[in-house]
Amino acid sequence: MSKSYRDGLPISPENFVDQLMRLKRGSIGRRDFLGLTGLGIATAVMAREIGIMPTPAFAAENLGDRMSIATWPNYHDPATFENFKKDTGVAVEVNVFGSNEEMLAKLQAGASGWSLFVPTNYTISTYKKLGIIEPLEMAKLPNFDGSQEDPRFTSEGTIDAVTYAVPKNWGTTGFAVNTKKLTKPMTSWKEFWDTAMAEGDSRTMVHDYQLTTIGNALKYYGYSFNSLKPDELAKAEELLLKVKPHLFAVSSDYQPGMRAGDAWMTMCWTNDGAQLHRDIPEIAYVLGKEGGEIWTDFYAIPKDAPNKPAGYALLNYLMNPQVAVKEHLANGAPSTDARVNKVLPKEVLDNPILYPAADLLTPLEFGAAATLTDPGRAELMARFKSA
Amino acid sequence: MHGSRLRKNLLTAMLLGPATAWLVVFLVLPFIAIAVFSVGERAPEGGYQAAFTFAQYANLPARATAFWNTMVLAPVGALACLLVAYPVAYYLALKAPQRWRLILLALVVIPFWTSLLMRTYAWMYVLGGRGIPALLAFVGIEDVRLINTPGAVLLGIVYGYLPLMILPIYVSLERLDRRLLEASADLGATPISTFLGVTLKLSLPGVMTGFSLVMILLLGEYLIPTLLGGGKVFFIGNALVDLFLQSRNWPFGSAIAITLVLVSVVVLIAANRISTRVSGARRVDLI
Repeated sequence: MSKSYRDGLPISPENFVDQLMRLKRGSIGRRDFLGLTGLGIATAVMAREIGIMPTPAFAAENLGDRMSIATWPNYHDPATFENFKKDTGVAVEVNVFGSNEEMLAKLQAGASGWSLFVPTNYTISTYKKLGIIEPLEMAKLPNFDGSQEDPRFTSEGTIDAVTYAVPKNWGTTGFAVNTKKLTKPMTSWKEFWDTAMAEGDSRTMVHDYQLTTIGNALKYYGYSFNSLKPDELAKAEELLLKVKPHLFAVSSDYQPGMRAGDAWMTMCWTNDGAQLHRDIPEIAYVLGKEGGEIWTDFYAIPKDAPNKPAGYALLNYLMNPQVAVKEHLANGAPSTDARVNKVLPKEVLDNPILYPAADLLTPLEFGAAATLTDPGRAELMARFKSA
Repeated sequence: MHGSRLRKNLLTAMLLGPATAWLVVFLVLPFIAIAVFSVGERAPEGGYQAAFTFAQYANLPARATAFWNTMVLAPVGALACLLVAYPVAYYLALKAPQRWRLILLALVVIPFWTSLLMRTYAWMYVLGGRGIPALLAFVGIEDVRLINTPGAVLLGIVYGYLPLMILPIYVSLERLDRRLLEASADLGATPISTFLGVTLKLSLPGVMTGFSLVMILLLGEYLIPTLLGGGKVFFIGNALVDLFLQSRNWPFGSAIAITLVLVSVVVLIAANRISTRVSGARRVDLI
């Protein structure tokens, strides 16, 4: 018998008449009535909106219907937020930022509107000092398992035994090269800066970010990425001013330029490097052998978060290894969570962009809190940009 | 008689009330806040800390390049706009057929319905490697780079601010008494000297209005240089964004903002003076 268009309808006409007659006889369950009329769904939605009835998945608290997260460009699998909305009814608004300083400035100014944000390791102590970050109630994050985290990457989320942030992923800062345009193999920051003034003239990008742009200029001379020494910073400034006229752009949003072929080389974070290489195989990711930056990005909740329940709910959702795996596959940065690394496909774990050789990782430095807030480095960056 | 004056005053107050409230809330109060910030100090972790010092103003030379770049960008950008806008306005006001005029004017205004940010992003795509350079590569001209050049910035400025220049010039040309043109011709002037001596001169108030409008907005511009210029050249707008968002030195940022406002006022007054002198008694009533 061929399928009728009626198959799969919520209720068949016959069934409807039956129910109607039962209703007329006065015998109908409340559930039937609500289901039949659609009033049930309507009340449930209304109740959730105005906070009378909790959502089934998070019965303890009302999550509201929207929240906002501050994060980085090209950083999440969009499906994550769609699925979260499907599960909880909470729509996630994504605010994208170019630097930790900008995030800090917004939070400092107050009423950022975020219920979750993604700070980098070295900023967390500053947030704590300023009292604008929430100590996390770990009981609300059953999906997080501290014993599965690598403390090398995650220690900066915890200050005086209080956890203020839990890790999203870690990564490095290297550079991406279009090897079809710049054919000479490169392995160091010295080559990066020298190439920028030669074959890579007017095709090279550096970050609009003092931490990495000054830090990697310092590496040209083998100084510490975090140096605050005036004489070393003066050498870095001299190099930056010399390179400046040869640059294509000073911008932290370098994927469009690299993908369009306008830029041939750029300072680059692991996740962007992995995405670029995945889509355009001739774009290689290089770690300077002199060292440079290693980082961990965390999730944290601002003290003035307008929707903390939803912030916790999304954070807990993101800590689910099944969700995290999809995030890592989309974003490209390596995980700090052993449970996630266990599930990631072999080709990801073998990808040298994500999990570089030990001899390249050893010289890398975590950015320091003092480096972020140092006015001297801020002024140096301004002089570089205004030159 | 006394009552009618009272009523007149009341009416004046009612009519001016909304605009005055708007000005106070969105201009005067923020201006006072910024002025207070500008004599403060940067807090150790960034932001503002109460103090009374003019150290931030003494530090202004540290952004001399940004001021200089802006002082060049604003008049050059406004001049480029003017050169493109004048012929268009001239055609619209004096040559276009009457029934087309409204449609053509609408075409000038319609781009304003979309945010400048969106339109500038569109230019990023057109000028970027997958836009015009890809077309050029198709016909054999390889590796042309258009985006992140001074030309791209100038193009973006002319594109973004053109309507602001066209409309005031159009208005002043539209009011032009055609009989003056005939009189000039009757008295033996060539079309060129009629244009220079009559048309251009009488449209100068519009030109000055457009020029100062565009120039004042350009003094605060940072979007176009960032998006189409690659953030390589630093303008006051960019310096402000950096000071408030990156190095979080709010007092210094405030001092620069106050200075920028003062510069804008000077520019306005100068524009007014020039316009008054050139076109006789007619003034550009911008302030």
